[in-house]
Amino acid sequence: MTRAVSRKRLITQEKIVFAIFVLLFLGFSLFLPGFLTANNVALLLQSVSVLGILSVAMGATIIAGAIDLSMVALMAMSVAWALQLVNNGMPVPLAMLIGGGSAILVGIINGVLVAYVEIPPLFATLATAACIYGFGRFGLISQDTVYLPKNLGWIAELGHGRVYGLPMPVIVFAVLAAAIALVMNYTKFGRFAYAIGDNRATARITGVPVRPVLVLQYTVSAIVAFIAGLVQATAINSMNTRITDTLLIYEVILVVVLGGIGLSGGKGGIRNVVVGTLLIGTFLNGMTIMNIQFTAQNAIKGLILLTAIAIDQVINPRDEQTSQQGDI
Amino acid sequence: MTSMDQAETLATRPAAAKRPTARYPFEGLVKLRARLVPSHILGEIMSKQWIDSAVPATFMVLVIGLFLIVAPGFFTGANISDGGRQLGEFGLVALGMMVVIMGGGIDLSVGSIFALGNFTALALTNLFDWPVAAVLPCVVLICAFAGLINGVLIGYFRLRAFLTTLVSLITIRALVDVLLLEFAVDISAGFYDSAIWDFAGAGDVLGLPTSFVVLVVVAIAIHLFLSRTRLGWHVMAVGGSRRSAHNVGISVRRTVCGTYVLSGALAGLAAFLYAARLGNGGSYPGAGMEIFALTAVIVGGTSLGGGRGSVAKALMGSIIVLMINLGVVQMGLQSGAGQLVLGLILLLAIAIDVRFIRNREKILSRLYMSPTYFSLPEAPDAEQPASSYALNDQLGDVSLIGLGKLDGAEDVIFDAQDNLYCGDRLGNIVRFDGPDYQEGKVFAHIGGHPLGLAFDRAGVLYVCVGGMGLYRVHPDGRAEKATDQTNRSAFSIIDDSRMRLADDLDIAPDGRVFFSEATTRYDMETWPADALESRGSGRIVCYDPAKNTTRTILRKLVFPNGVCVEPGGQSLLFAESWACRVSRYWFAGPKEGQVERVIENLPGYPDNVNRASDGNYWMALMGMRSPALDLALRMPDFRRRMALEVAPDEWLYPNINAGCIVKFTADGKVLETLWDRHAENHPMITSMREHKGALYLGGILNNRIGKHVLKDADPNWTAGASYWGQR
Repeated sequence: MTRAVSRKRLITQEKIVFAIFVLLFLGFSLFLPGFLTANNVALLLQSVSVLGILSVAMGATIIAGAIDLSMVALMAMSVAWALQLVNNGMPVPLAMLIGGGSAILVGIINGVLVAYVEIPPLFATLATAACIYGFGRFGLISQDTVYLPKNLGWIAELGHGRVYGLPMPVIVFAVLAAAIALVMNYTKFGRFAYAIGDNRATARITGVPVRPVLVLQYTVSAIVAFIAGLVQATAINSMNTRITDTLLIYEVILVVVLGGIGLSGGKGGIRNVVVGTLLIGTFLNGMTIMNIQFTAQNAIKGLILLTAIAIDQVINPRDEQTSQQGDI
Repeated sequence: MTSMDQAETLATRPAAAKRPTARYPFEGLVKLRARLVPSHILGEIMSKQWIDSAVPATFMVLVIGLFLIVAPGFFTGANISDGGRQLGEFGLVALGMMVVIMGGGIDLSVGSIFALGNFTALALTNLFDWPVAAVLPCVVLICAFAGLINGVLIGYFRLRAFLTTLVSLITIRALVDVLLLEFAVDISAGFYDSAIWDFAGAGDVLGLPTSFVVLVVVAIAIHLFLSRTRLGWHVMAVGGSRRSAHNVGISVRRTVCGTYVLSGALAGLAAFLYAARLGNGGSYPGAGMEIFALTAVIVGGTSLGGGRGSVAKALMGSIIVLMINLGVVQMGLQSGAGQLVLGLILLLAIAIDVRFIRNREKILSRLYMSPTYFSLPEAPDAEQPASSYALNDQLGDVSLIGLGKLDGAEDVIFDAQDNLYCGDRLGNIVRFDGPDYQEGKVFAHIGGHPLGLAFDRAGVLYVCVGGMGLYRVHPDGRAEKATDQTNRSAFSIIDDSRMRLADDLDIAPDGRVFFSEATTRYDMETWPADALESRGSGRIVCYDPAKNTTRTILRKLVFPNGVCVEPGGQSLLFAESWACRVSRYWFAGPKEGQVERVIENLPGYPDNVNRASDGNYWMALMGMRSPALDLALRMPDFRRRMALEVAPDEWLYPNINAGCIVKFTADGKVLETLWDRHAENHPMITSMREHKGALYLGGILNNRIGKHVLKDADPNWTAGASYWGQR
């Protein structure tokens, strides 16, 4: 299904999700006291902005036919390390350079493993996630939680600040989403990513530099993860490395798949991610207000993700005749 | 002195013909090395199926060895007993994961199902006080049901395995957490007294921990299931190629679903043993287990994507992962080190797996080819008018039979009613009715590529089928296998009991069938590579229809090809193609078992040998030698480099496009040579059969059979009568 065809379809997953979001938002506004207040909506947006930032990069990666399960581990470890270096007295720019540089290095490693060694992306990034967390806890960071140093300067504003009443994280999310959307739609790199995701072999035969594009894709993903980590850390004044063990990475996939980006790649756009983020944010916020137990929330999230995958299967069907070997 | 030794002596004795004069530097050393170093062994070992398991096995031995050095106290009684129990539980989970991966899926939910099973077992015992006999099946069934949900979603609804089982991982974990919040206190307060329960957790069978014994039993059962049952084969087929499995009628969806049910049930069994051992509802039993199990399976050498793997591999992988994990704990390394080591090992294992699977055939094809030193005397010059091989144009007037209807008739033969038979590349025996041979009909279909043909006394047609073995076709067109295996030689690495390339045959007066197998190292599609090796891996095999036995009688021949029993009924002539020589083997009489050289240093590569009407023999030369290849045969390193660096299409092959027919006497004197000088009519010849004053020509690359009328031959002579008398 090409984008041209999908444009003709009246009902797309994106529209359905958006409609559900609107209904849910209206429903919560009417029936949940305290939901539709300026403060809560700002909080809602702020609470999902880190998820949204990660999802935007994940969306772009999935469009290129890959996936990056190491994002959360990378975000936790690179930022925690940078913060710890500042805490130990290193100048802020140098520490940020080291943190960001290590993130880029991991991104390149991911890209090389997927593009050149040709390890399936799911497993390559699953394994690097374990390595990043293990290496970080083993060699770099001594405590579970690294607290925010006082002298971060403008970087601290990423999580704390407000511009015209809008929380800074939301603005970071919006800017990144807009930037990546522009890149995906209007640059050679973005169009190559779509081509690779749609059909890697064909892209390669056509002359698309598949391997460099994938490495770049993972590098972008790593940089975005670092930025998301800074936003997260400055918003809650610390970076808890245990975030790696949470389900955050699966929520990221949930947002992307829910928004309507097919896991087989080459389909969808950044707008889908924004819609998915809005729905999940509203849903989580509502559940929290309704005081639903955390574990139960997990179960509900799981079921939503399952539904999203099932819908993905209906819209982008695979069967015995067309499924690829090793495509799991 | 055995016939083998004799062949060797004959090969090395100074020939009457001139040896090559210009030797290159150190040629003697190259020759010596080629003789002493068995360089073909590496390739043959690499081609074995068990090489897949050799890597994890070596790795396992290394890990155990490392532990013996680093932590000498590690293998003490208590550690081993505890390790055995942990291995029992973990191995069961890994086996389930292995079966799922073999079927082309993945099951990330094993850890959560394990936790669910653990909770169920504890709740049923400590809270409800059920008997163990009811608890065990109940736990296994509940876990199998969780697996069934996975299976239905993935198998029948075809959701993506990775994400679906990820969702089950989250959801089931959440469910267990909710249940634990409710019941954890009650469970730890409860007490369950049962001898069987204690036995499952802490008992021994013959000195071995119960869990370990359970693992061994289950492992054997799963091995038999995968390798000996229809359903197990279905699993492997689906994993090997989902599309092909679907197309041959296997129910892909049901098979896939079944693997997840099995995985769930095994996780449940493991959880039952775990619960009995620790009685611990604790925070996270089974957390991270999916990664451990996945690593174990992949490290063991089971391929992601399915179709390749085994129980033994999964068990080796489990031992490796468990040892490393225990070792990290034992060495008291900081948290995170375990994950780091595990992550690195997983990455390395997958990288090796991916690269190995992708390149195995390529590596093998390059390693397998192992040229040796082989020196031929300078070839007789066919350009000399005085030579008995002198060029002429006698085959210029060949008339053609079945032009365009045949493809690869290697040999031709006639029955007593003058009908002509030949094989073709499609595996058929084609019959042309005499006397005009205009209409060809498929007489029998065998398969493979039928090569040499011979009639026995009763008119049964024996056929050497390349790729299949020796077959016979009865006069009514019914084809059956005569033999396809012989005795295996004592120290061969590759299995040389199977027939790879049965080539030509002849039948002795007592009914014994002697046939040549050109090479035991290559197949029907790759036999030209044998010419570049010139190693001598062919053999002459004898099949005795009376006793239905098959024995190898001569080994290490250099592409033995034509076989012809001599009228005396005690000996046969056989031609070795790449050695360019003809020898006589005595299979009966006073000289029984001896080999003697008849012709050496032919100008081309001999193929089939058949009787001529005047008591001499016809022999086809399928191609002529060239000085370049003759020189290359003396340079094994050159040919190895060629095989490594140049695409097979560009290799220096022997010419098999232009040959001739030679007539020679029983003592090896070449009488005349028939050429198609302009290479227009019938240059490619692998076989010829004299019949009633004409010579019929077969060619393995030809689309026709040639007929050449012999001017002064006996117009009534037939080969059949020569063998079996007038009928």
